[in-house]
Amino acid sequence: MPRGSDIFLQNISKIVVFIVLAFALYLFFTGHGSPGGGFIAGLMSAGALLLLALAYDIETVRKVIPFDFKLITALGLLIALCTGTGALFFGEPFLKHAFGYFQLPLLGKTELHTALIFDLGVYLAVVGVTMTILLTIGEDS
Amino acid sequence: MATIVEWISALLALAGAVFCAISAFGLIRLPDVYLRSHAATKSAALGVLFILGGAFVYFWAADGEIDVKLLLAIVFVFLTSPVAGHLNGRAAYRSGVKMWTGSVRDDFKDVLEQAGTPAPDTTLEKEGPKRP
Repeated sequence: MPRGSDIFLQNISKIVVFIVLAFALYLFFTGHGSPGGGFIAGLMSAGALLLLALAYDIETVRKVIPFDFKLITALGLLIALCTGTGALFFGEPFLKHAFGYFQLPLLGKTELHTALIFDLGVYLAVVGVTMTILLTIGEDS
Repeated sequence: MATIVEWISALLALAGAVFCAISAFGLIRLPDVYLRSHAATKSAALGVLFILGGAFVYFWAADGEIDVKLLLAIVFVFLTSPVAGHLNGRAAYRSGVKMWTGSVRDDFKDVLEQAGTPAPDTTLEKEGPKRP
């Protein structure tokens, strides 16, 4: 079949991928106070990328994210490890988190928490592992 | 005031439930894949939209919070459900699922033949799929 026959799926995917990614971002930042967090946000982002891979092909996903997903997993684990290690420099036990209130230019008074950075590590690790599994299964050769 | 809003949201949710029930009846009653897909995508999507709209109205009036997640879900279902139905029906056609005996038109077959792809034979079985 000509590629143009997937026109419905491809055009809707262009819109839906952004909705899903935005919702994943929302879940990622809302994880402290309500349901959400790095794990489910990572799974949702991987789902958006999978939808892109279904509507177009795997090459498109590789072009959208031009990194090796195994490296993204490693980067996530490294970030999680570093947030744990950072507490050691302040004489606190490993993985002790800190938070504080800051005046941000656009957001006003905001609570910033090092657990968010840990969550970013979880997020990257989940995206990397899920996409590695999916692309490894999905690819030929 | 609150009572009126409660009635509105209750009626919306009830209408959505009725639409979903009609969709389920259509799934049971209709004879072939394409007609069942017609019933499943349209009225089920509308039913879900009504139920979500009812929930949105209720939380807006009761708690005073605008739940953007519900609005986003409405947009999402509205976008994706028809495309899912389209892909479902097209996959069924490609794999040669027979149409109901009462079907009279098959434009997709002409399009496929113009594109140079052999269309699977989906037309007009003698006895047709049985009604359950």
